Amino acid sequence: MFGLRYLEDVVTLELDASKCTGCGNCIEVCPHAVFEIFEKKARIVDRDACMECGACAMNCAPGALSVDSGVGCASAVITGAVRGTEPTCGCSEDADCC
Amino acid sequence: MNESTRNTGECCQGSSTQKPVEQAREQQECTCQPEEAPHWSDGSIDTPSGRILRVKTTLTPRDHLGTWMVHWGIRRMRYKITPGLYAVGSPTQQSPVFVTANYKMSFDRLRSQLWGRHAWILVLDTKGVNVWCSAGKGTFGSEELMRRIQAVRLEEIVSHRTLILPQLSATGVSAHIVRKGNGWRVVFGPVRSEDLPRYLDAGMKATPQMRCVRFTLANRLVLIPLECVEWFKYLVLASVVFLLLSGFGTGGYSLERIQDVGLRSVLMLLIAYLAGAAFSPALLPWIPGRAFSVKGAWIGLAAVVVLIAYGLPGPGVFDNWLEAGGWLLLVPAISSFLAMNFTGASTYTSLSGVRREMRVAVPSQITATAAGIVVWVVGRFM
Repeated sequence: MFGLRYLEDVVTLELDASKCTGCGNCIEVCPHAVFEIFEKKARIVDRDACMECGACAMNCAPGALSVDSGVGCASAVITGAVRGTEPTCGCSEDADCC
Repeated sequence: MNESTRNTGECCQGSSTQKPVEQAREQQECTCQPEEAPHWSDGSIDTPSGRILRVKTTLTPRDHLGTWMVHWGIRRMRYKITPGLYAVGSPTQQSPVFVTANYKMSFDRLRSQLWGRHAWILVLDTKGVNVWCSAGKGTFGSEELMRRIQAVRLEEIVSHRTLILPQLSATGVSAHIVRKGNGWRVVFGPVRSEDLPRYLDAGMKATPQMRCVRFTLANRLVLIPLECVEWFKYLVLASVVFLLLSGFGTGGYSLERIQDVGLRSVLMLLIAYLAGAAFSPALLPWIPGRAFSVKGAWIGLAAVVVLIAYGLPGPGVFDNWLEAGGWLLLVPAISSFLAMNFTGASTYTSLSGVRREMRVAVPSQITATAAGIVVWVVGRFM
């Protein structure tokens, strides 16, 4: 059993504890239980579980969290490399609406 | 998830010079749906901002058929509903407002969990893309949310200022930016709509389990048809190439060899395709390695080793050891590449991780493929 764990020590997630107000929004939005509240501040408890979705940083009002977010998708990386852009999953931005 | 169509610009030519409100209204009025009520609606109700459709809370066979079709990639990019406000039951000014994407499956999942309740559903224009993917791109984002609230004149319809959003939209929606922007309070509900009744009955409290995404066997199995459909054309292309190549050999071009070596080659390509697009996703947690490319390579390698072992001490089902060696390189390379592309459909891979794995995997896959073809071709002349 190898489980559903991805590569170790690659994640770009950073938490600046000095800016954290302990509101707990990151815990609420994180889909992988990366954070917990310890002594009234957030702390990272499972860094390698982070998938860099960016929900925590997006909902951190004091800006204590930063992460180089994006889609963890090889096709997107390839598409981005071919088009010379950032990784993009080109997912249907609408081919034929109406 | 890896989806592929191109951006051809704004829906209904909404010019970017228009004010956002007008643009949003125009988009909302653009009738992607036929004039008669859609099959998932059971009437309409009048509100201060006009007549809106009431939706059914039970899914019909037609809804299930639509879900099944998109899993096979049929009409997947056109499986959407018109953005705007919808009613569930007989909602009042105090009824909760749920927000979702205009991907029909997202909308279906939400409404099917609201049985016996009175609520409003605000559907954002996410270009027919599901909640998580559209939030990742920002189309399910703070701006679209604020624009849509204004477009449907939500403040005239409900007296409270709270919106319940799916948790996975937090990648695109910033609760504090919306709060600052127009005063609405964004509350993130559970990840899965199936947890919504318990969440609501508990007074809008999510358990830690409701907050976590999963990637169960069932979750992975439903993704396999689309993986297979998306790669099928490449399987056909590679098969044609190998069928043509297999005619070459000692003593000139031979049609018999196409039937023998050629069909065997198609079978090997089919095995590589199934190893990468079906078996790797299905067996994901049980395959050694963390990188998806490694997992895919293992499955492909295992398949060829079994075929060789079948005929030991000879080269198994193959003509000679060079042919066996060619497939020993080609099949793992192909299945590794296909499995690597499943990262986009998975729920736990990070972009940094995918980039790191690709730095090693892509050159390895290319080298193994090139070497495999050379070895296989040499084997044709032995």
